[in-house]
Amino acid sequence: MSLTNEQIQNKLVEKFGEAVTNFTEPYGMLTFEAPKELNLKVLQFLFDDETLKFRFLTDLQAVHYPNDKGRELAVVYHLHNLVDNVRIRFKVFTDINKPDVYTATQLYATANWMERETYDFFGVNFVGHPNLKRILNVDEMDYFPLRKEFPLEDQTRIDKDDEMFGRGGSVN
Amino acid sequence: MSDVQNILLPEGSIEKKTITLNVGPTHPATHGVFQNIMEMDGERVMSSESTVGYIHRAFEKLAERRSLYQVTPITDRLNYCSSPINNIGWHLTCEKLLGIETPKRVDYLRVILMELARIADHLICNSILGVDAGAFSGFVYLMEYRELIYEIYEEICGSRLTTNIGRIGGFERNFTPAAWEKLERFLKEYPKALEEFENLFTRNRIFVDRTVGCGPISAERALNYGFTGPNLRAAGVDYDVRVHSPYSSYQDFDFIVPVGTTGDTYDRFLVRNVEMWQSLSIIEQAYQKIQNIKGAEAEVYHANVPAYYLPEKKDVYTSMEALIWHFKIIMGEIEMPKGEVYHSVEGANGELGFYFISDGGRTPYRLHFRRPCFIYYQAFEELVKGSMLSDAILVMSSLNLIAGELDA
Repeated sequence: MSLTNEQIQNKLVEKFGEAVTNFTEPYGMLTFEAPKELNLKVLQFLFDDETLKFRFLTDLQAVHYPNDKGRELAVVYHLHNLVDNVRIRFKVFTDINKPDVYTATQLYATANWMERETYDFFGVNFVGHPNLKRILNVDEMDYFPLRKEFPLEDQTRIDKDDEMFGRGGSVN
Repeated sequence: MSDVQNILLPEGSIEKKTITLNVGPTHPATHGVFQNIMEMDGERVMSSESTVGYIHRAFEKLAERRSLYQVTPITDRLNYCSSPINNIGWHLTCEKLLGIETPKRVDYLRVILMELARIADHLICNSILGVDAGAFSGFVYLMEYRELIYEIYEEICGSRLTTNIGRIGGFERNFTPAAWEKLERFLKEYPKALEEFENLFTRNRIFVDRTVGCGPISAERALNYGFTGPNLRAAGVDYDVRVHSPYSSYQDFDFIVPVGTTGDTYDRFLVRNVEMWQSLSIIEQAYQKIQNIKGAEAEVYHANVPAYYLPEKKDVYTSMEALIWHFKIIMGEIEMPKGEVYHSVEGANGELGFYFISDGGRTPYRLHFRRPCFIYYQAFEELVKGSMLSDAILVMSSLNLIAGELDA
């Protein structure tokens, strides 16, 4: 019998109690978050549990929310249970001043380059990663380009300001 | 070999017994710009370190300043051997976020294009594998049909390689009679060429000896490395996004998902060949289904979503209303729901995913491309360690590495 989002949620709450929070289902995909110290425990539990079987890491990346103080960077894992064909999304948030998150490379070989890419663009420091260096950008680069404080265009331009479109506020 | 050194080198000047060999960044065998620094002991690869990023173009950053339609040309440049899959995958992601349902006929037209793109991609991969193994003729047999596929694209969207095909909700115009004619010609002629190609390779003693056992990977390792697509199926896992999470009405089609056993170069080759046959069958089924649609629906080529679908060009030039909508849609001034969505399609070399976070603004807040090629390329070292250099070249070729997709 296939696995429902509710069953997954119950399993997780049973195991981690209050630590796993913010369960939502945007477009049908169960999404939740956990403290960053627990990320490996949650991933390991999802991997090992005989009913959950989330053993395929589809994707790993980060998102930058500059206005969310203390939890500016979100590391997002997309996991897939190939047997029951269920996907979930798991997030951990970290302070941008101390962006240390445990690496998932021991569990998933594929996390190696994904984490390198995330480090490259967001500066998330994956603790325990065997080879954490830049992958797509040049080694000499001294900033993390996908963070929101790096504008793509000249900020003195006014013709593309959102003000023009009735939304107000400045451009990211 | 005598102990006497026959080159007049100072004593102790030879530091190591292995040779460092650079395969790439520009090397005929890499078929793209990426580098492998190999440590060689004679002909054997002791270790290999891959360097990617030579054509990194910051697509994810660019996408944060572009409205939905302006992102489509970016997706062209991911896996440029099968651009329509990327374009349609992106449009499907937008449709999922915006909650747009497409008519069946649109789905089938999309299926035809995506399967043509899959064939174009696989035929290049397999025939170039032949070239890398020293058999040039198979490539010449099939290349003609990629040209024909590109002509079909051209009839539909006006361009060939970076197609920028379609719109949110469907296509910018209906398939022209010339496009159907070319498609019929393709369906008639391609099977013969593919059969000839298979006859040249599948039971060819030299080719089989070269590829069997070359760069194998177990199903377990392949899953752990995040393999998807033909490379994973060659290892024996029947995971196909078209079957697992059907999009664009793939559930209406009858096709098999070929799997291999050992995950070596030969299995990857065979899986791709069978997939081409399956794609042909899917295109035929879609063609029949479209023929069976009668009445008013037989001319439908886009969903009725004027808020997201660009108005026709002739209206834009003549009517004020259409011009306003054209401007609004291009500038991204449309109703964008807040939310995050992950959508994936079965790209030619694996699961191509789009993780799209919208904050309700004009552009994506964050857009991440799950590029199959980038993810499985990291297994390359494990695949070639201890093998001969010439085998490493074949493994690289059979993985179907596309530099555009590696680097995003």
